[in-house]
Amino acid sequence: MNFNKIYALGLRHLYLVMNSFPRVLDLIYWPTVQIFLWGFISKFFTLNSEYYNNTVGVILTAAILYDFLFRASISFNMMFLEEIWSRNFTNLFIAPIKIREIIAALTLTAIIRTLIGLVPAVIIAIPLFGVSVLNLGLPLIFLLIGLYLFGITLGLLVTSGLLRYGPSFENIAWASLFFLAPLGCIYYPIDILPTSLQIVARGLPLVHIFEEMRNILINNSVNYLNIFKSISISVVYFIFGVIVFYFSYFGAKKRGTLINMGE
Amino acid sequence: MFIEIKNLSKIYNKYLAVDKINFHLEKNKTIGLLGPNGCGKTTTIGMMLGLVTPSSGEILIENKNLNTFGRDEILKRFNFASPYVELPKKLTVRQNLEIYGRLYGIKDLKKRINEISNDLEIKEFFERKTGELSSGQKNRVSLAKSLINKPEILLLDEPTASLDPDIGDFIRGYIQEYKSKNKVTVLLASHNMSEVERLCDSIIMMRRGKIIDKGTCNDLIKKHGRNNLEETFLKLARSKDEF
Repeated sequence: MNFNKIYALGLRHLYLVMNSFPRVLDLIYWPTVQIFLWGFISKFFTLNSEYYNNTVGVILTAAILYDFLFRASISFNMMFLEEIWSRNFTNLFIAPIKIREIIAALTLTAIIRTLIGLVPAVIIAIPLFGVSVLNLGLPLIFLLIGLYLFGITLGLLVTSGLLRYGPSFENIAWASLFFLAPLGCIYYPIDILPTSLQIVARGLPLVHIFEEMRNILINNSVNYLNIFKSISISVVYFIFGVIVFYFSYFGAKKRGTLINMGE
Repeated sequence: MFIEIKNLSKIYNKYLAVDKINFHLEKNKTIGLLGPNGCGKTTTIGMMLGLVTPSSGEILIENKNLNTFGRDEILKRFNFASPYVELPKKLTVRQNLEIYGRLYGIKDLKKRINEISNDLEIKEFFERKTGELSSGQKNRVSLAKSLINKPEILLLDEPTASLDPDIGDFIRGYIQEYKSKNKVTVLLASHNMSEVERLCDSIIMMRRGKIIDKGTCNDLIKKHGRNNLEETFLKLARSKDEF
């Protein structure tokens, strides 16, 4: 791994954001809207439902963590799509940069893009709704690692689709996370799902992450086994994502689609 | 022999895009790759750049196989420019050159960017976004990017396509001047016959994935009894015979 090259590719995407105020605004806008929306919804539930009594923090924390996952995945996809939209694909793939360095650069830059969007929203939630994700304590770091790895994995799978099917796969990029959201048990416990879907859902790291988040906030206890399980599943998916990406890259070379990739 | 192409073929599904071509590039020479649209020029360049996997055959650089060697070891000796491939539009010229300079691992990058931007007269729009430039300006920036690593092998795909005669002449003049001062082997794909005559030491003519003739411009013009390269190109492109 050459860190100068990883830095160069990261810099390309940071320049893109820094050169455009609307892009920065776009990064901040959606997470902030999400926080406001879920903040008010959970406040309403808290005031009008016994079940949700004192759970304003649970729903809003779930919304923030889900948005973290969503932004990580979308950031990864967006950076890859930027290369296609700007017709820079050939220049990138003929540069002396290894595929693993491209993956590393996109992975590391995605976290910066994600944090640019999410940190202001998280800060706003503290005075406005009295909710801070920091209440999760040290386990928050591990939950975020699991979410980030899974978000990047989804990004890898979508970009593999872009390599395989070209820009027409773009719509799937936007839809990918919404497809998994119902199985992720973000806002509700896994028991709500039908038994057959519970089996599928347990194969995703999201269930373990969000179940643990609720456990910490409601029961004030930490089950590190659950956290370990979520990170382990995320790592397995991440390795799978990298393998699929490599397969798509070699497939694209075979089909000759890397030359003409563009809008 | 610097680069040797041996029995190189590419089949897309069942379509034969490049059919067992053989040619070699001598060090510091400029070779023109000519042929009608769809004859396999871009696929050949793509295979040389490692963007397309050959179906069979070999690309040898100083007797080392391109496809078995480390990708980045080979690619740092290459570069490529084409008006059909752009640099990130939302980045300034300076930012683009900086990023590609870093990707190619250039030492003393500031000095190199300064040198190349003075030579190609791109300093005046250095801080403008690349997407806001005219075609001529974009082509110069693209050429600057392709020379940032002082490549040993430069592949140019129609470097003056859609440029006005003045800018086209500037680019051709610059390539000539650059070649006279630096050791670089150039493979030039072009449909501009006067450009090919001006820049190339020899040419390779392709049609339907095959090499149908090769030699110096003068030799081919004489061999086919025509007055210039354009007429020779038309004869070769339209003929059904092999030469």
